[in-house]
Formats: sequence, structure tokens, C-alpha cells
Amino acid sequence: MNLVVAQAATPLFDWDWVTRNLDTILEKTLEHLQLTGVALGLGLLLSVLLAAVSIWKARAYKPIAAFTGALYTIPSLAVFALVAPIIGIGTPSQKFWTAEVALVSYTLLILVRNIVTGIQGVPAGVSEAARGMGYQEGGLLARIEVPIAIPAIIAGVRIAAVTVIGLVTVTSLLGLGGLGFFILDGLRRSIIFPTEIIVGVVLSVGLAAVIDLGLLMLGRSLTPWMRAQGR
Amino acid sequence: MIRLEGVSKHYPGAALPAVDRLTLDVRRGEFVTLVGPSGCGKTTTLKMINRIIEPTGGSIFVDGVDALSVPAHELRRSIGYVIQQIGLFPHRTIAQNIGTVPGLLGWDQARTQDRIADLIDVVGLEPEMLDRYPAELSGGQQQRVGVARALAADPPVLLMDEPFGAVDPIVRGHLQREFLDLQRKLGKTVVFVTHDIDEAIFLGTRIAMLNTGGILEQYDTPEAILSEPVNQFVEDFLGGERGLKRLALLPISSAEMVRGPMIDRTGSRDDAERIMAEHSVDWVGILDGKKLLGWVDRRDLVSPDLNGVEPRPFAVSLSPNSSLREALDAVVTGHARIAVVVEDGEYKGMLDLESISEEITE
Repeated sequence: MNLVVAQAATPLFDWDWVTRNLDTILEKTLEHLQLTGVALGLGLLLSVLLAAVSIWKARAYKPIAAFTGALYTIPSLAVFALVAPIIGIGTPSQKFWTAEVALVSYTLLILVRNIVTGIQGVPAGVSEAARGMGYQEGGLLARIEVPIAIPAIIAGVRIAAVTVIGLVTVTSLLGLGGLGFFILDGLRRSIIFPTEIIVGVVLSVGLAAVIDLGLLMLGRSLTPWMRAQGR
Repeated sequence: MIRLEGVSKHYPGAALPAVDRLTLDVRRGEFVTLVGPSGCGKTTTLKMINRIIEPTGGSIFVDGVDALSVPAHELRRSIGYVIQQIGLFPHRTIAQNIGTVPGLLGWDQARTQDRIADLIDVVGLEPEMLDRYPAELSGGQQQRVGVARALAADPPVLLMDEPFGAVDPIVRGHLQREFLDLQRKLGKTVVFVTHDIDEAIFLGTRIAMLNTGGILEQYDTPEAILSEPVNQFVEDFLGGERGLKRLALLPISSAEMVRGPMIDRTGSRDDAERIMAEHSVDWVGILDGKKLLGWVDRRDLVSPDLNGVEPRPFAVSLSPNSSLREALDAVVTGHARIAVVVEDGEYKGMLDLESISEEITE
């Protein structure tokens, strides 16, 4: 009986709340985007360096793969708990970098692996023909091998982006910002407030979908030649 | 043009060298085929010329330049390179693929574009293909682009590693003939690796027969290798039908033709009977001056002169440029057991089994 009253008093989705809190919603969305963007940017930079080392020194790939793999297996909450005492969560900037260290560590396995397998997947005949025509190692990598590996690299970035957007939601548990804030806040009220939870969930899922689609289109525009393969 | 002096390749950990002190001289404009069983070092030898594989001993000269003393990438830009996997760049259009070496050499756009337009024609492809990507072309078309790309900067030397190995036999035959014509026209020096002895014989002006470990067993023209293999290895590798393979290389004009049982249409039946008796046959060829009209059977000769008869055409008539192998084919498949030879409508003579086999045993 109480439940019905409660439902009648607070509808499942309260648009008024959304209008009243538009500023906060925008702020948290931007925070979410910023955390994701910085994590992907740094992750990509580090991964390119690690992949470059793996390609030039083939022996280095196994330890690099093992290390990034190990990072990936640590539960996300545990990573935050491990990094927090080192960097601290006192100031907003400390909170930000605590979150980033954890987020970046999750992108490495996916990105390094996709870059390395993408470049190793370049047919041997293509690389040999390029060498035979007078490409030097740097030019071969930059002009031939990396462009051919673009589809694999973009695929990796897409997985990493979706993973990070999901993880940023979890960072809210430690008061580190992002759309997870709404989910947590909605759950924490004395009576669960569905509107807030729905806003948090829908926006973070929507963000993931939009960014994934954006990356897919970016990949397509970078690889017009891939369309020829299917024909 | 290309000179290998005591060139060796010894892989670390291998008991025997892949190539052992090989010396080989390729003259300007020559088409040298490297042939031998797998493990004979033919591909290793080829790839040492442009240093895709670095030799461990000896010296190599390309166009008078010590190949080991210049940076490998500079050396390679002056040597065309075609491989079995073709290796077109999938992310670049056909035009961009062909323009690869000009791009590396820093040619300006206009010069490169002109060159690309010329080359697409030289290798027999349509200009519409220039804007396509390699995946849109058939295997045979892709290898034509591979050849065009290798020729782009007009290198004096082409290195080819089983370039036609991955296409079907019919296309391979086309590509072989076209490439041979192209090479003769352009006068390029070609070193061509193949494991197919027939391809080596068909294309090569000289054949280098290699044995395991890069031992040069024989280096000579196809005719000389077929008629006088220096040892059992070469003989075995040439395989059966050595005589037929040799006949394929010899033009009909190199054999001695006979006039055969021929009579001018102005002749009489008695003349025809006499000629048939001389040649112990029961047919006679009819000429109109120098023009070959055909042949008639003895039973067709019903009137005292030849005006009323209708000569039947010979099933096959060959030109003096045809090979003796084609002549042999005409002899064994034709009813009359002879091959007639005609040039520009003019009767040249005929070959029979005896005159052809004389060429083999010579």
C-alpha cells in the first residue's frame, strides 16, 4: 500500500528535477567527457610508445603484454584504492589524477595489443615490396605499415573508449566526478530517487554510443580503401 | 651490368651456407633466369642483389657501382623489384602505387603523372583503373600494376622473384608473353627467379641452373642447356621431353624445308601422277605461281588437266617464325603427315617428321 502511495507521490521520471538541475547535469557530463578524453589521449600516447618498443625490439613485447595484461586484471575499485593513497584525493586535481592513472592503465592492454597486431598483420609481401623500392624503416612504418594498421588501431580505440566511459561512472564511488555521481546520489537518498539514476545511466550509455559511432565514422573516413576490399 | 663475385650467404646457426661463393655475370639487356630446386639459393641470390638479404661474403656490382658500398635504400630505388606476393599497397590507389618510387626520388607531380599515364598503357591496363584500389583488381591485373610500379623510375635492372607464380596458368601464359615483348622493347636487364623449368626456358636468354647451396651447375643459353646438359643434375632437372622443349625454342626457318609433292595448276594429270610416284604419296599440292591453293587426292584427278579440280585447303599452315614444336604438332595431327610453311601468302616449303627429328638429333 505504501509503495503505491510513494509511486503516486514521486513519478518514475521527474522532468522538473531535470530542468532544475540542468547546470549540474551539463557539468557532470563535461567532467565525464574530460576524464574519458584525457585517459584515451594519454593511453594512446603511452601505447604508441610501448607498441613502438615492441615492434623494434621483438623481445620486449612479451613483458609489455604481460604487464599491461596484469594491470587490466586488477579490479577497478582496487586500482583506485591503490592509487589514492599515493596521489591523494584531497584537492580536485589530486582526485582527477588518481582517476586518470587508473583509467589509463585500463586502456593500455587493448591499445598496445591492437597497434602491435595491426602492424604485424601487414602482409609480409607489402613490407618487402616497400623495402625493395627504397623505403627506409621510419618511412615504411609511417607511410605504409601504420596506415594499413588503421582499422585495427581504430577498433582498439573504440573498445578502450567504451571501457573508459563505463569506468568513469565507477570513479564517482570515490567522489571523483562524472555521471556516476547521479547514480550514486539517487541510490543514497532515504527513498531511492529513480530520475537521478536514470539520468546518470542514460547519459553515460548515450555518451558511449555517440563516441563509439564517432570513432567508427572517423575510421571509415581514414580508410576509403577498406570499402574496396568488400567489392 | 650485374656482377656477383664469390658471393656467399651463411645464416647464423646453419651448418651449410645458403649460397656458397657464387660468381655470376649478367650482361646489359640480358634476361637471366635463375632456376633450381627449393633450397638451391635462387631467391637468396636474387635478394642479395638489392640487399633485401645482406650477403656475408663476396662483392656485387650493379651498373658498375659496388652495391655493398652505397646505402641500401638508394641502391633499391635504381632497381625494379617484383615479387610473387605482388605487395601492392592496399591503402593507395593504383596511380599512387605506380608513383611510389618517383615519389621517393622527389619527382614533381606533373612528371610523375605523365609517367603513370604512360606505364598503365605499357602494361596493358585501362586508365580508368588508376583511381581504383588494389583489392578491386584481379590477380593478373595486380601483377601488371606490380610490373608498372617496378618500371616507374625507369631502372636499368629488374629483379623478379617468381612474379607470375600466383596467377592461373592461362593468365600466366599471357603475362609471360607480354612481359617478354616488353623486356625486348625496353632493353631492361632482367634477373628472374623461377622453379618452373619451362618458364625459365621460355623467358631466359640465359639460364643459371643452381643446385642446393647455391652451386652454379650450368649457365648458358636455353638451347645449349637443352642440347648439352653438363651433368646428371641438370639433365634430371630439365626433366622429360628435352627434345620437345628444344624444338619449342627453334623457329621453322632454322630447319631445312623440302619442296614436297607440288605441281603448278597449269600442269597435267600425268605430271601429277609422276610427282606422286616420286614422293610415294597419293596426294599432290597445287600451286598458282607462288601461291598455295591446297591439295588434291589422286582420286580427284579425273580429267587430263588440273583445271576442273577443286583443291582442299591444308588444315594447318605455319609461318617461318612458328616453332618447330608447332610444326611437329601439325605433322602428327594432320592427315598428310606434313607441315606446310607459308609466308605472306607465298609457299615456302614443307617439313616432315624426318626433317624435324634431324633438328633434335643434331
